[in-house]
Amino acid sequence: MADSIMVKVETLNKSFGNLHVLKDIDLTVKDREVVCLIGASGSGKSTLLRCLNFLEVKDSGTIFIGGEKVEEATHDLNQVRTRVGMVFQHFQLFPHMTVIENIIEAPVHVKKIPKDQAYQEAKELLAKVGLSDKETVYPGKLSGGQKQRVAIARALAMKPDVMLFDEPTSALDPELVGEVLATMKKLALEGMTMVVVTHEMGFAREVADWVVYMHDGRIVEAGPPDKLFSSPTEQRTKDFLDSVL
Amino acid sequence: MEWLNKFIDSYPVFLKGMLLTFELTAVAIFIGIFIGLFFAFLKISKIKILEWIADLYIFLIRGTPLIVQIFVFYYGLTSLNISQFSAVVLGLAFHNGAYIAEIFRGAIQSIDRGQMEAGRSLGMNLKLTYRRIILPQALRRAMAPLGNQFIIALKDSSLAAFIGMYELFNVATTYGSNSFDYMTYLLIVAVYYLILVFIFSILLRYVENRMAISD
Ligand SMILES: Nc1ncnc2c1ncn2[C@@H]1O[C@H](COP(=O)(O)OP(=O)(O)OP(=O)(O)O)[C@@H](O)[C@H]1O
Ligand SMILES: [Mg+2]
Repeated sequence: MADSIMVKVETLNKSFGNLHVLKDIDLTVKDREVVCLIGASGSGKSTLLRCLNFLEVKDSGTIFIGGEKVEEATHDLNQVRTRVGMVFQHFQLFPHMTVIENIIEAPVHVKKIPKDQAYQEAKELLAKVGLSDKETVYPGKLSGGQKQRVAIARALAMKPDVMLFDEPTSALDPELVGEVLATMKKLALEGMTMVVVTHEMGFAREVADWVVYMHDGRIVEAGPPDKLFSSPTEQRTKDFLDSVL
Repeated sequence: MEWLNKFIDSYPVFLKGMLLTFELTAVAIFIGIFIGLFFAFLKISKIKILEWIADLYIFLIRGTPLIVQIFVFYYGLTSLNISQFSAVVLGLAFHNGAYIAEIFRGAIQSIDRGQMEAGRSLGMNLKLTYRRIILPQALRRAMAPLGNQFIIALKDSSLAAFIGMYELFNVATTYGSNSFDYMTYLLIVAVYYLILVFIFSILLRYVENRMAISD
């Protein structure tokens, strides 16, 4: 089912008061695909991502997750969210829990997975993000890059169908960006479906299957990275790329 | 040394008074924590009518003297055949509950909004996220101001003397008036209060340190 559609958004609109933040957004993310959202600050990238996880309530439009149309009124959004992992700019690890407790929290309390099984799986995830030695450490003792890798492991522990990343490296010291991007790249190679808001154009160019440029609440242009980066058709895309590259 | 003699002579009665002071305070705080938690949740419920109820309660408690509240509870409740002890405890509990509510509300609202979102994004429902993520962190943050409030409550329990409860302060004034030597017994009772507050502070610091290990 390599071509099945994992996330589909149709004419999505969202306003905060008078501020129209998302305007008729259409977006399709296929299974195993990596989509990068780029665009200037305030263009609505985070809001779009948050709508996909129902942390923001859309005004109108349709969202399909895994082929299923999600209606806020009738769906159990908690159940939907277990299938959509999210990684935040500021990590948001739970500071009162150790690394391993952070990871098993939702599997144990939401999915009701037996604790020892959750623990085993968490250990495997920690190994995958290269932090096996940090199991019983509290987040306060980790570097930013380590925190973000734990946050990725925590989201993966729910075995989501798709992972959303909102500027996962923007809060990191430059020398720590690489380790997080490498972890994400590994995930992408394993076939995880990902939607990534990022300012890391190198990552987008290398890992993305599809790059989406947003401006002022609209998707201005989208395409495969080699095409979008080397020969954008819209003037605004060109201007934006000139300003960041 | 006369002071010391009077201290030693009177200590069995003062110890009884101290026990009563401690009981009044401990039970009042215990109930006050639940009252405080309840009204803190009303305040953050984002449901206007519930917020108003909490605001009104806090307005009334903060706006009137504790001694008035104790008398109101005392006359109101004892006429319903509720014991003197319970009446005072409830008066103290509702009084402290208002302050504890504000402490909890402040602590809960001081937790980064992202923590709630992180919990929700993992599929945790609102209640579970509060219970597992928000409240444990808020409680840690509330410990220091709560400790302060507990010490204030301990000292405020002396107002129970005015409705005839034989707690520390009443013991002191009774001794004082019987012996025409108020000053000595006031200084004695001050020592008992200092000891109680000191023990309280040590307990609180112990709890705070245990909680802080993870941060
Ligand atoms: N909760 C909110 N209430 C009101 N306005 C909001 C809210 N969240 C976002 N906005 C506004 O919506 C617009 C889009 O914000 P959004 O965070 O989606 O942009 P972004 O593309 O992610 O920007 P950045 O690169 O700075 O993260 C901005 O003008 C922002 O101020
Ligand atoms: Mg953003």
